[in-house]
Amino acid sequence: MTAWLTPRNAAAAGVLALIALLPVYCALTGNYFLMSLFTRILILAMAAVSLNLIMGFGGMVSFGHAAYLGIGGYVMGILAKEGIGAGLIQWPLALAVSGLFALGVGALSLRTRGVYFIMITLAFTQMIYYVAIGLDRYGGDDGLTIYRRSSFGDTIDLSNRMQFYYLCLGLLLAVVYLVWRIVNSRFGMVIQGARSNDRRMRAIGFPTFRYRLVCFVISGAICGLAGVLLANHTAFISPAIMHWTRSGDLIVMAVLGGMGSVIGPVIGAVAFLVLEEGLSRLTEYWPIILGPMILLVVLYARGGIDGFLAGLRRG
Amino acid sequence: MLYFIEQCLNGVQLGMLLFLLAAGLTLIFGIMDLVNLAHGSLYMIGAYFAATFAALTGSFLFAAVLAIAATLLVGMAVEVIAMRRLYGRDHLDHVLGTFGLILFFNEAVRLVWGPAGMNLPLPPLLNTAIELIPGIYYPAYRLAIIVVALAVAAFLYVLVMRTRVGMLIRAGASDREMVGALGVNIKLLYTLVFGLGAALAGFAGLMQAPILTVQIGMGENILILAFVVIIIGGIGSLRGAFVASIFVGLVDTIGRAFLPDLLRLFLSTNAASTLGPSLSSMMIYMLMAAILVFRPEGLFPASGR
Repeated sequence: MTAWLTPRNAAAAGVLALIALLPVYCALTGNYFLMSLFTRILILAMAAVSLNLIMGFGGMVSFGHAAYLGIGGYVMGILAKEGIGAGLIQWPLALAVSGLFALGVGALSLRTRGVYFIMITLAFTQMIYYVAIGLDRYGGDDGLTIYRRSSFGDTIDLSNRMQFYYLCLGLLLAVVYLVWRIVNSRFGMVIQGARSNDRRMRAIGFPTFRYRLVCFVISGAICGLAGVLLANHTAFISPAIMHWTRSGDLIVMAVLGGMGSVIGPVIGAVAFLVLEEGLSRLTEYWPIILGPMILLVVLYARGGIDGFLAGLRRG
Repeated sequence: MLYFIEQCLNGVQLGMLLFLLAAGLTLIFGIMDLVNLAHGSLYMIGAYFAATFAALTGSFLFAAVLAIAATLLVGMAVEVIAMRRLYGRDHLDHVLGTFGLILFFNEAVRLVWGPAGMNLPLPPLLNTAIELIPGIYYPAYRLAIIVVALAVAAFLYVLVMRTRVGMLIRAGASDREMVGALGVNIKLLYTLVFGLGAALAGFAGLMQAPILTVQIGMGENILILAFVVIIIGGIGSLRGAFVASIFVGLVDTIGRAFLPDLLRLFLSTNAASTLGPSLSSMMIYMLMAAILVFRPEGLFPASGR
């Protein structure tokens, strides 16, 4: 089958090869800044993939996905501060708490549509942001330094940069695979059907609210996992992780990469964060360039990078 | 008791400011079906303009008039350059596009005015306290905000409901094509409405500026409050925005003022002072959630625009 060798697959393979081989390059040259940057990119890519599950496939535009990053991070940070360092306790608990929060937010916000949904998810994230600021015991506005990363006995050492990088990469690939399986399952078909025509899906007998809610919770839990990883990566957690601009960044990554595919947000995250890094070296006032660029992507390149690559073949 | 009345007035004052912002948002949404996140940037720009013009002219009133006019122009320019291309698109496009605009405006302000904030001095005439009823003094400036915002609300009502322009605006909201076919310059009308929304936001910014400092990002937190207001009030409804603004302003202010004390009645002082700030900042979101359970479309669904 020659159909496998499309520009789109080639690009995805290229990006994957790049991120898989990067630590080797870093170890050879000793450029650990690049490795740290890419660890961050992998983690935020995971968050963008989770957002795209509900946004790209379910049509639920959540402008509050940073909340789950923050909740995952705070669960990890709070447990670490209280002396519970075991990853096998921290991680499942973080997933459960972010899933529960998603359940609450989803149950309320999925009653509404469109703009209401966007604004309500934004408002709830703002709420949790202020709650985190009010947590005096855990640093409040200043944030909380995490002195010990999650421990997994002797199996894996998160303080080792190389091991941590590959752990993030492995988890990202697992998440991409999981989301791909979800999207192509019967469940995923219902979600996509409900995006196109909710009323018709209900008429043929699917309780779409329940399906969409479950999808929202899965997405929140995956994003919570990304939050735990991010807290482990920076060894620090503060309310800034849940600032609403972070939610905006995640949407930009998903749209820039292309919402129509599972791998798109990964490409988008790499492109967006590398661009951000590059622009910030160019000028101190880099958002003045980034902002209009986002606007231009929205206006003229709606399919994102993935859409562009898919179009190359057709054109 | 005195403290309670004072806090109520503060709540109403916050509510009136929120109304100025929410009115612009809800007008723009109701008429152009456009979600404008950059509304908070216009609020910020209004405040910066006012501070600059006040430093130049030395007169608060003069600065206010100039700043409103300038924000109106900026708003119209933004509409012509960017927003116009977003009409009829997906709401996600609006969110992203205007998110890009926020980044741009924040940095542009940093570039022009520098990273340090500015101060807008209180107009001397209003820098006193007025005795409302015997024994209760209230700052004249805050009182002025309430009065002026009420006047603006009345003006908006008359403009939208009782004038020919308002009639065209309402007609444009229900059927853009048809109004255009009847020979109305609908593009110009939209630009004017967007400019009006921008001017309202700028006005809110400059009114708030003497109470807080003028700084980058000042519009963002209050913008999210304004979102909560229009969700509660029903998106697209001016009346809903008015009622919900006062409601949210009161709940937020009174919650912050009294919830920590109230908690102290039930909990230990320590627990209350930890929980108090978090809980009181959650109040309006709880209120929003509660209203959504019963009225997913808000208190005044947009039929009564």
